[in-house]
Amino acid sequence: MTQFLTQKRLKKTALKILKFLLMVAITFLGLLLITFLIGRVVPIDPVLAVVGDKASHEVYERARIAMGLNLPLWQQFLIYLSSVLRGDFGTSVLTAKPVFEDILRVFPATMELAFLATLFGIFVGIPLGVISAVKRGGFLDHVSRVVGLLGYSLPIFWLALLALMIFYAKLDLLPGPGRVDVFYDGIVTPVTGFMLIDSILAGEWEIFWNALYHLIMPATLLGYFSMAYISRMTRSFMIEQLRQEYILTARVKGVAEWKVIWGHAFGNCAIPLITVVALSFGALLEGSVLTETIFAWPGLGLYLTNSLLNADMNAVLGSTIVVGSIFLGINIFSDILYKVFDPRAR
Amino acid sequence: MKKLCFLAIVLFLFSFQTAIAKTPADTLVIANSIDDIITLDPAEIFEFSGAEYAGNTYDRLIGYDVDNVSNIYGVVAESWTISPDGKTYVFKIRKGIKFASGNQLTADDVVFSLQRVIKLDKSPAFILSQFGFTPENVAEKISKVDDYTVKVVVNKAYAPTFFLYCMTSTAGSIVDKKDVLAHEKDGDLGYGWLKTAYAGSGPFKLKAWKASESLILDRNDNYWGNKAKLKRVFTRHISESSTQRLLLEKGDVDIARNLGPDDIKGLAGNKNIVIRKKAKGAVWYLGLNQKNKYLKIPQVRQALKYLIDYKGMEATILNGKATIHQAFLPKGFLGALEETPFSLNVAKAKALLKEAGLENGFTVTMDTRNNEPTTSMAIAIQGTFALAGIKLEIIPGEGKQTLTKYRARNHDIYIGRWGPDYMDPHTNADTFARNPDNSDDAKSKPLAWRNAWDIPEMTKKADAAVLERDTAKRAKMYLDLQREHQQVSPFVIMFQDIEILAERANVKGFILGPSFDSNFYWNVTK
Repeated sequence: MTQFLTQKRLKKTALKILKFLLMVAITFLGLLLITFLIGRVVPIDPVLAVVGDKASHEVYERARIAMGLNLPLWQQFLIYLSSVLRGDFGTSVLTAKPVFEDILRVFPATMELAFLATLFGIFVGIPLGVISAVKRGGFLDHVSRVVGLLGYSLPIFWLALLALMIFYAKLDLLPGPGRVDVFYDGIVTPVTGFMLIDSILAGEWEIFWNALYHLIMPATLLGYFSMAYISRMTRSFMIEQLRQEYILTARVKGVAEWKVIWGHAFGNCAIPLITVVALSFGALLEGSVLTETIFAWPGLGLYLTNSLLNADMNAVLGSTIVVGSIFLGINIFSDILYKVFDPRAR
Repeated sequence: MKKLCFLAIVLFLFSFQTAIAKTPADTLVIANSIDDIITLDPAEIFEFSGAEYAGNTYDRLIGYDVDNVSNIYGVVAESWTISPDGKTYVFKIRKGIKFASGNQLTADDVVFSLQRVIKLDKSPAFILSQFGFTPENVAEKISKVDDYTVKVVVNKAYAPTFFLYCMTSTAGSIVDKKDVLAHEKDGDLGYGWLKTAYAGSGPFKLKAWKASESLILDRNDNYWGNKAKLKRVFTRHISESSTQRLLLEKGDVDIARNLGPDDIKGLAGNKNIVIRKKAKGAVWYLGLNQKNKYLKIPQVRQALKYLIDYKGMEATILNGKATIHQAFLPKGFLGALEETPFSLNVAKAKALLKEAGLENGFTVTMDTRNNEPTTSMAIAIQGTFALAGIKLEIIPGEGKQTLTKYRARNHDIYIGRWGPDYMDPHTNADTFARNPDNSDDAKSKPLAWRNAWDIPEMTKKADAAVLERDTAKRAKMYLDLQREHQQVSPFVIMFQDIEILAERANVKGFILGPSFDSNFYWNVTK
């Protein structure tokens, strides 16, 4: 009997996994198809990216055929699909390197920034949101809401330039654009691509500190925006919880106020907050084009935009798959966390 | 209090950290927009930043004086002779040149390099193949006589400077045959490898290239001529003008290469920074598509040339980044026409439009690349066209997008910038004043074709000029050609580019040439 039950459960799980995989596959296929079509519909000639404006007719035609652009659209898509399934994303026109290699190079730069920015968002945004919910209508609440509103509405390129002007140009407190000073560039051989980790692995502590200093400004700026989002969401979740009757009960029971807030109310906010944090982390991983441009930060956002503007379709499709996978991954991850923290979701 | 102390210590550490981090004494640090580099192979390089890289890392047979382009001299070629029939060039190769790899440079390398350009047939190959070389005949046309002599046979008795100037271009760079062939794969002549690697003999050698990030060159200690004074040149890709300016002001870079007019203005009066200028070969023009029923009327073309505020644009929008120029050959080229017959003259334009029966004006579109200064120029032109009742609709687009449309002849007006490919006048005559076949599926598609301008007579004149071996006569032919072109062509040529560079006052000796492959680093000290 028990054996039968386990078998049934196994079968059920297998089905679940299969269903899940099918969903992932369809999502990816749709993602690829749409990006592919958009790439072919835009009024930019991808051959131009390869041969330039001045190439002769023969050179141009040869490149067009080599890129398979003379074939019907559906055939082009099938060819692309089959090479992607074999793990070959093609070669980027702009960098003359395999797209996969490019992404491995640019993604850690974005990841490093996004990770620190999200940490900033969590450690500043959550307390700020909780405090302003508790002291609703008070002075602190107003301040935090204005700060949040600014984070929502200020254009990041402007804020970034302003920050550079003040902290780098005028006060000389923080270093300028780039991942490290020119002096240190190219000394550490990339292993993980994360400057902080690579410099430690290489035992180059000076470079580690330099890279960390270089991270402070862009990470804080990006973090400010994710903080604005996180604190606003935290505030509204908390207000919702603090209105509940169990809070009143707890207070009547004489539970300490900090325990009511952080233990009872916040405990119940934590679960939806996971999604909020995960989504804002995901958004940062796509790469913030403007921040990356101003800080000369060679990340995914800059790579993707550059490729788009130059009709470098292999690079665009490759990056899209990466961004798609990240979002899918983050969604799955937050689903799992939900199940861990919330018994009702199991 | 504890917290305050901690903060003070952290701030102190930060300021200490940045105060010492200025550019290293033996390294030149350049902020430049280098995301146009898509290859490092001189047989394929056709981009500004790529050309500058090759100019500093490879040698060519011949070079020219950056201040007086008509003065050409041998580099890898010690001397050369031209046969009386004008078709055979014999080059004596300089002895004692070593590649960065340590290999000796001989006639084999020269023959291999030039043949390789033809066999690979990448975008710039036409610079050599226009002399009649094909992958089939090149082995016979470009050949080794002995270890230090090379013979080249061209198909027509061209003006000698035409061929020699083409040898000064990036496509004429000499690569290390042994090294390149050692990396050959499936008979690709080392193409797959050299795209991201180096095999030259110039004053600098490649240390590292990270696309759209940085380019690092190290001094080539095997260099045969004057050795570079600095050990390293580090170019960091920074596209934002204001970021470049900040880095320059702080001394974190030594040279900023792409400052906009506002930032240049902002730097004026800064004692630590020197602004330098050099006229470059590119010209700004409007291309008027002759498929458009209004633009094909001669009086309309003429009227539009009087509806540009050349002086106003030069003084405000371009502010030192370009100078008025109205002929297809830029200043500095043999036979360049410096006359500027056109200025803003609304009355005259109106009279011409009346003559064409269009006194009430008409509506026309202009495809405009959405960068600066193109957009501002387009808006200024829109304003002056309106003075004569012409309604100009600006269609903004990304560079590659507007170009795609232009190349398909689907535009009305295109505002563009054209840079010469080599220093001989034929380079621009070939595109602005030649159109051998105006049909839609023509094999060659010069700018005259893109604007559907059918000119069999002028094509013949341009063809004759490139065959004139008497330099004075040839210069006169180009002057006449430009005078005619200036009046009748569907090209409103407006300005010639000026490159502006801002450097720290302690930087000396950066050589700015008339083209990007003649911006040299070897002489820099700091």
